[in-house]
Amino acid sequence: MPKKASGSGVLLLVGTTKGAFVFRSSGARTKWTMSGPYLRGEPVYAMAFDGRAGRQRLWAGTGNPFFGSSLRSSDDLGGTWSDKEEHAIKFPASSGLALKQIWQIRPGPVHQPDVMYCGVEPSALFESRDAGKTWTANAGLLGHEHRPKWTPGGGGLCLHTIVPLGDGRMGIAMSTGGFYRSDDGGKSGRARNVGVRAEFLPDKNPEFGQCVHKVVSHPARPERLFLQNHWGLYRSDDFGDTWHDIANGVPSDFGFSMAIHPHDPDTAYIVPLESDGFRCVPEAKLRVYRTRDAGKSWKPLSRGLPQEGAFESVLRDGLDTDTSDPAGVYFGTRSGKVFASRDEGASWEMVAKSLPSVVCVKAAVLAPAPSHAKRKVTAAHSKRKAARRPTRGAR
Amino acid sequence: MPVVVAIPGPLQPYAGGRSDVMVSAPGGTVGDALEALGDEYPGVRDRVLTEQGDVRQHLNVFVDEDNVRFASGLATPVFDGCRVTILPAVSGG
Repeated sequence: MPKKASGSGVLLLVGTTKGAFVFRSSGARTKWTMSGPYLRGEPVYAMAFDGRAGRQRLWAGTGNPFFGSSLRSSDDLGGTWSDKEEHAIKFPASSGLALKQIWQIRPGPVHQPDVMYCGVEPSALFESRDAGKTWTANAGLLGHEHRPKWTPGGGGLCLHTIVPLGDGRMGIAMSTGGFYRSDDGGKSGRARNVGVRAEFLPDKNPEFGQCVHKVVSHPARPERLFLQNHWGLYRSDDFGDTWHDIANGVPSDFGFSMAIHPHDPDTAYIVPLESDGFRCVPEAKLRVYRTRDAGKSWKPLSRGLPQEGAFESVLRDGLDTDTSDPAGVYFGTRSGKVFASRDEGASWEMVAKSLPSVVCVKAAVLAPAPSHAKRKVTAAHSKRKAARRPTRGAR
Repeated sequence: MPVVVAIPGPLQPYAGGRSDVMVSAPGGTVGDALEALGDEYPGVRDRVLTEQGDVRQHLNVFVDEDNVRFASGLATPVFDGCRVTILPAVSGG
């Protein structure tokens, strides 16, 4: 069970189609201050916070439409960012593939503080063993026999979900392709989609090819997974070997986003959308749905959310929880709004209303950095600031 | 064969602040010119070409007024004194 955090504040990392924003609050989460846009003008589809080993490092996956996608880091909560060359993610020449977009950044487990993962487009998993300095494409997935048959979803052929499951197991999900699990530390993996349907294929229950939108799991109960599909809401209790329908009492089982409660493996959150043809919330009512019984029932949460004329949509990485107690829940919409709840979804407040389209929301509780880490961060920060200072006499 | 490569504004910081760079294209193609440019300014190369050596989707490269996409791509010939221009396309952004 993750330790209930009691750090010195809460960060909300918001990736949008035109840059990244950072919201910060005290642990009370009653007032938020916004900074940004950082990485101005670049779509930021992925963000992450790495608080392991005394770090307070932000990560962002940018997708400059002209000059290519890149992984960037900040050690001063967004003030300055690394350059494109510093954490280069590149496909090997032999693959014939080129990086199009970074879709997910996932720090590894706490006991492996220098391990990191990135999910990218075209579907691939990149791994780092040195806290993000260097990256290698996972060979097992790169050479998977199914690769020639994976086809892009509406957003592209993206590996958008990475779920470490412990004991050498890892799950990944892609659109389209489905859910895959490795049981040997990533050397190989098999499709695990029994019970997950693919409405857009002649065979509605293929071995692979589903357009899985999101998978979440709780570290205290890794065998249990929740899955939001392109039509379909599922749970597995055997690490993904089999999936069961849990669309009980939701207005639609179409949707993108999903988040797990930080302390309760039975509790998860989703934002249902009307359909694949009309990707807005049902009845123009913005509602987050929560299950507290592992999907047997779902309850709408709407206090503080607009219930008329709200043609909103939340994308697959646009919903997250923090590890506070009570847990915070956050989401961002395609219309540029960000909502926050400090009472596990019982009530909501809008913390931003006019951002560019929100594509990623990640929450993190800040723990004070130990003094030696602060000195290291300060040195890195000073170096970056000095590199950006104009030389004497330059215009 | 000397050619001038025109660097777009956002990439000039990676070309030492220069807007025009004279390079030698010994093989006589756009690809040779960009390779020579990349030898001197790898930050520009990585932003113009993918890791597979293709021009990025939302960039255009011109030889004088002609877009190489409608010619022979990176194999498009260059000639003495021509201008190879790199420009962001309207399809991006």
